[in-house]
Amino acid sequence: MKTNNKKVLIADDDPDFLTFMEVNTKLMGFEVHAVTSQKEAEEQLTLFKPDLAIFDLMMENKDSGFILSHKLKKLYPDVPVIIATAVTAETGLVFGLNSPGERSWIKADRYIDKSLRPDQLQKEINSLMK
Amino acid sequence: MEKLLVLVVDDEPGIRSGICRILRNYTVGFPFMEEDFGFDIHEAATGEEAISFIQENKTDIMLLDNKLPGILGIDVLEYVSKNKYDIQVMMITSYASLELAVTATKNGAYNFVPKPFVPQELKAAMESITKHLYLKRMTKKMTENDKELRHQFLSVLSHELKSPINAVEGYMNMMRERQAGDKLEDYDQMIERSLLRMKGMRSLISDMLDLTRIESGQNNRHLQEVDLFDVSKFAIDTFEPLAKQKNIKIYLDAPESILMKADRQEMEIIFNNLISNAVKYNKENGQIYIIIKDLGNAVNIIIEDTGIGMSADDITKLFHEFVRIKNLSTKDIVGTGLGLSIVKKIVEIYNGNIDVSSNSGKGSTFTITLPRY
Repeated sequence: MKTNNKKVLIADDDPDFLTFMEVNTKLMGFEVHAVTSQKEAEEQLTLFKPDLAIFDLMMENKDSGFILSHKLKKLYPDVPVIIATAVTAETGLVFGLNSPGERSWIKADRYIDKSLRPDQLQKEINSLMK
Repeated sequence: MEKLLVLVVDDEPGIRSGICRILRNYTVGFPFMEEDFGFDIHEAATGEEAISFIQENKTDIMLLDNKLPGILGIDVLEYVSKNKYDIQVMMITSYASLELAVTATKNGAYNFVPKPFVPQELKAAMESITKHLYLKRMTKKMTENDKELRHQFLSVLSHELKSPINAVEGYMNMMRERQAGDKLEDYDQMIERSLLRMKGMRSLISDMLDLTRIESGQNNRHLQEVDLFDVSKFAIDTFEPLAKQKNIKIYLDAPESILMKADRQEMEIIFNNLISNAVKYNKENGQIYIIIKDLGNAVNIIIEDTGIGMSADDITKLFHEFVRIKNLSTKDIVGTGLGLSIVKKIVEIYNGNIDVSSNSGKGSTFTITLPRY
């Protein structure tokens, strides 16, 4: 499997969603590094280079996910980033990565909604890890 | 000054120009309206003309003669009501029969002005119709605002209710697929989390019930002499076990009996919410001081904790529904985000006041003042 022995960094302050991601990425063969805050994720980034990163959008800051994506891409431009969010359900705001304008400031490769199923998660990850 | 568009429908040119003269410089103002209303007057000689005019122009008021050469005034009125135009119609007619009046009223005519009329009669009728129109539109606007707020509340609420279900469902799926191992112990943490989320959902539902009860108004309230000392004691006993887990001490400083005419359940909600917050957002080995003061014509309730406190920015958002202060020190604390908005609503029912002062990292103090009836 192409994800074997690859490292994923997951940051999410929602322990339930974090467990969900942890269990599912582990089953896909990843070595999982899970943290619960933007601060811890930033520390992790200085310690190792992940092969994939999944960040929650709103943690201790409303834009934690954006900041983390930005910092990660600066350090490791080739590492794919997924932003996971329930922000649409919570606030009605919609972000996308479709227009060049959005792509220029949102340094993420995918958006996923937190209500997604395990098979959808695997599909998203596989399409990024090719 | 806002201008209302008035259409005068009459086949006699003399009447039309007379009405124009009377209303041209006439304005209507009321103490409760932000600005006066003036009138922008247009004329139509027939019912057919009137209908094509209102199709093209957003008309506010129509002064309508019944006896017209083609279709009658009453037919124009019927057209207005059938097509739900937001136009206030005043019938101006010399041959008013009871039958006509009944039909016109049924079709929503606001009033009748008999012909001939003196300028003062017309002005009085215009004043009344303007006020009616203004109030009608304001009511509509307020209802729409209410609906929008209600919709926002419901969409956040449904999210808050769905999210624990999603979490528990996720855990159940992981267990069914044995994703974390074959032993029951492998799932201990998931079981704990599931129970915690369900507990959170239960408190959300009970907070919701409190909120609907308060919002449904006075119907279910039961005012009686309530001893706030008793109520506070009772609330302290409820949260003592939780406080002990974090080695928090609760001190009560209050007269042996402090009576107030109130709904006991509402007083319990206030104390329960504030004490529960003081425990939840406190630190290990912290303290909580509950002070109740009898000020004669009012009662002061002060609840002070030595907890994590909040920033000035957080305080401004604190009493909004579903707002929970989100930062590193609060991320493991569960809550519905409704407690303080409920407390505030109750305090407002009593014409009271709630104040917060807080120091980030040092603690918060909530001060409630409830006037005595």
